[in-house]
Parts: sequence; C-alpha cells; structure tokens
Amino acid sequence: MNTSHEGRAARAIAREIHATCERSSRPIHLMEVCGTHTMAIAQSGLKALLPNNLKLVSGPGCPVCVTEKRYIDQALETGRKYDARIVTFGDLIRVPGSSGSLATFRSEGGRVKVVYSPLDMIRIAQAESARPTVFLGVGFETTAPTVAATLKTAVPTGVSNLYVLPAFKTIHPPLKILAAKEDLDGFLLPGHVSAIIGSDCYRYLAEEFHKPGVVAGFEPLDILVALRELVRLAVDGPPQILNRYKRVVREGGNPAAREIMYEVFEPTDAVWRGLGLIPGSGLKLRGPYAGFDSLTAMPVNVSPTEDDPRCLCAAILTGAKTPDRCGLFGKQCTPEEPVGPCMVSSEGTCAAHYKYGSA
Amino acid sequence: MCLAVPMRLVEISGDGVGKVDTGGVTAPVSLMMIPHAQVGDYLIIHAGFGIEVLDANEAEIRLDLFRELAEATAEPAEP
Repeated sequence: MNTSHEGRAARAIAREIHATCERSSRPIHLMEVCGTHTMAIAQSGLKALLPNNLKLVSGPGCPVCVTEKRYIDQALETGRKYDARIVTFGDLIRVPGSSGSLATFRSEGGRVKVVYSPLDMIRIAQAESARPTVFLGVGFETTAPTVAATLKTAVPTGVSNLYVLPAFKTIHPPLKILAAKEDLDGFLLPGHVSAIIGSDCYRYLAEEFHKPGVVAGFEPLDILVALRELVRLAVDGPPQILNRYKRVVREGGNPAAREIMYEVFEPTDAVWRGLGLIPGSGLKLRGPYAGFDSLTAMPVNVSPTEDDPRCLCAAILTGAKTPDRCGLFGKQCTPEEPVGPCMVSSEGTCAAHYKYGSA
Repeated sequence: MCLAVPMRLVEISGDGVGKVDTGGVTAPVSLMMIPHAQVGDYLIIHAGFGIEVLDANEAEIRLDLFRELAEATAEPAEP
C-alpha cells in the first residue's frame, strides 16, 4: 500500500460513513475513550473526512489528564521531605501541582529522572542505594503490568530503596459511568489497553447499556474502519462489541500480563479529575509488594487541592464540553503555559485542539 | 501514554529477555508478558516490554481489505 492507495481507501470508507450518517435524523456522538486515539485523530486530520452530524468527543483515557493535582503535590513533597529521586515517564513532567511542577522542582535542584521504561528504575535505585528512588506510577492497564513486572524483577535483586507512588487506573469503572449518559451513542475502544484486557470484557456496554463499542488500532485507516462499524451499529443497531484491531487484540486479551498485574496490584478506590471518586477504579500494591508503596514508607501531608475554577478540563474529559468552549483555551492556557492537564499531556484533548485545530 | 509500536524480535537472550530490531539498531525487550514469543515475531512494544505478539495473518487480512477498497474505488488521477 502506498500513500495514494491509503488516501483512496480512506475516502471510500468515509463515503460509507457519510451514507450511514445521512440515515440518522439526529447528530451521532461517539466517544474515543483513549487519549492516544484523540491524538491520532487530530494529527491525521480525519475529522475533515467525517460528516457534520458525526461528533467525536474525547474521553477519560488520558492518564495524565485524569490524575488529580494532589498527586503531583505528593510527588513533590516526597522529593523535598525525603530527598528522594523521582523517576517518571516524560508525560508528567510539566503538569502543574499547587506549588510548581516536576520541571520547576528539578530546576530548583530537585532530583527528577525521566525514563522510557520502568525497568530503568532498578538500575537508578541501585546506583544510589542510600537515597530513596520513587517511581510515579501513572497509567492504565497497558502500563500497570510493566510496573508490576518491574517490581517482580526487583525483588530478587534485594534493592531496598525503591518505591512506587501508585495512581494507576482501570478503564471499566469510568466507562460504566459514561455509558449511562444518554448523549453518547457509542465508544471507540482503546487498542493497547484492550491488548491486555481483551475485547470480550466490554460486553456490558451492549448488554446493560445498549451502546455499541469497537476496538480500534491507531493508524488512520484503522480508526476510520472502526468508526464505520461504530456509526453503523449506532444508527442501525444492534448494540454490540466488535474488534477491529485483531492483529493485536485477542478476545481474552493477554492473561500472562493480567496475572503479573494482579499479583502485584489489587483494586482500590481512586479519584479521577472530572469524574471524582470512583470505587474500585484504581490499583494499589498488595501482599508482599505493599512495602514498595511510597506513601506507606514515606508519608507526606498534602492538603486537598482545588482546580482553577475557570479550567474546563473536568467537563472536557467526560465529553460534556469541547476546548473551544473554555475561556482560557489558547489565551491563558497554552502548551507552553498550561493551566490544566488536558493542555499539558501531549495526548490531552486541549493540546490536540491547540496543535492541530478542531476541524 | 498507551503508545506502543511493532518491532521484530531478533534474539531471545534467555530469562524472559530478548532483543528487537528498531531500524537496524537492536534494543533490549522484556518478554515477561509474552513468554510464547519466537524469534522473527513482530512484537507490540510498550515501555520496554513486549505486551503482545502481532498476528501476521490478521495483519495481512487488513492490508488486503484496504488494497481491495483502493482498487474498487475508481478515482481520476490527481492533477
């Protein structure tokens, strides 16, 4: 396939989507649950191919966006109070806490290390065994097993200064809340989260909530094909779950990855920006791994935080508002000077709108 | 954040660790989550871990589908 072939295939699929949407008397609202989809859609300019009555709204699947400000405060306070080295994925580095970000903490002499793989934290901890090393555990089911596997690898090394500040989240609890919203007609389901949890586990969307869902890959054509199926199911029914990322996602997901994840973590309540406290939606360290919990070993006292009342991230994360409705967007809030996490994360809805426009 | 890319497994070094080819350069990869992976497989890599093995048959079906769509679509050549 060359670029011209891809363009023709894309326009052919788009024409089918137009034909289906013409049969609908009302606008169709579909949520792309995953932030990586949000970015891929914006980057590829796919929305320009879609009909006006098909509205794509972004969901809560941007880990940085749904992490509460208080978590950043906890990380900074742990670094300050215990002279700890903070190890993190790059996405979190500029997220503003109440008193600065990890980036400003580093510029003031704080020890912050950005890594590509959580496995790096073992070597970093070993290199400086007198100093606590704290990994910021943010992410969904794609990322949680990689951190679980790292801790399993760390145990036999005897490393004793390694900790995780966990804020992992799982996708089903918020999806159940969103599925109950009447103004959402279907869900573009995440690709790599589903590689771990499988495509079968979303059946409740169709059976309990009568909403369709389609698991999608990340290439523009993958997304278009998935949207074509999703639009068809939303307009003509019946509500069902389809997998259009079969080259990666199996019906039952990856059981080996889930086994590692649940050996190390167990469900706990978690607070989501935009959605509040959702029972059982987080992951905490369990059993013999509980000793890795940074807050147990190194408690910090951090006040509850309030988001800037003008910031609409909360509404944007649940698909209730679009970035252009926010008074801060593009003015006080830009990728260089972000107010809210939807502008900080490279896959945040506001960052995508700012960089690629809303077309 | 859930970005993951396919890379080819070129070596299993033992003990749940392998090497993948990234455009001529090899990089280490953990195979803890995909113990069944074999040399030559394309792996989906996230944060240094193989999280799944690409199904080559399904990948081919997908390409065929797009080829057919493109070929069935008669469009005038762009000026």
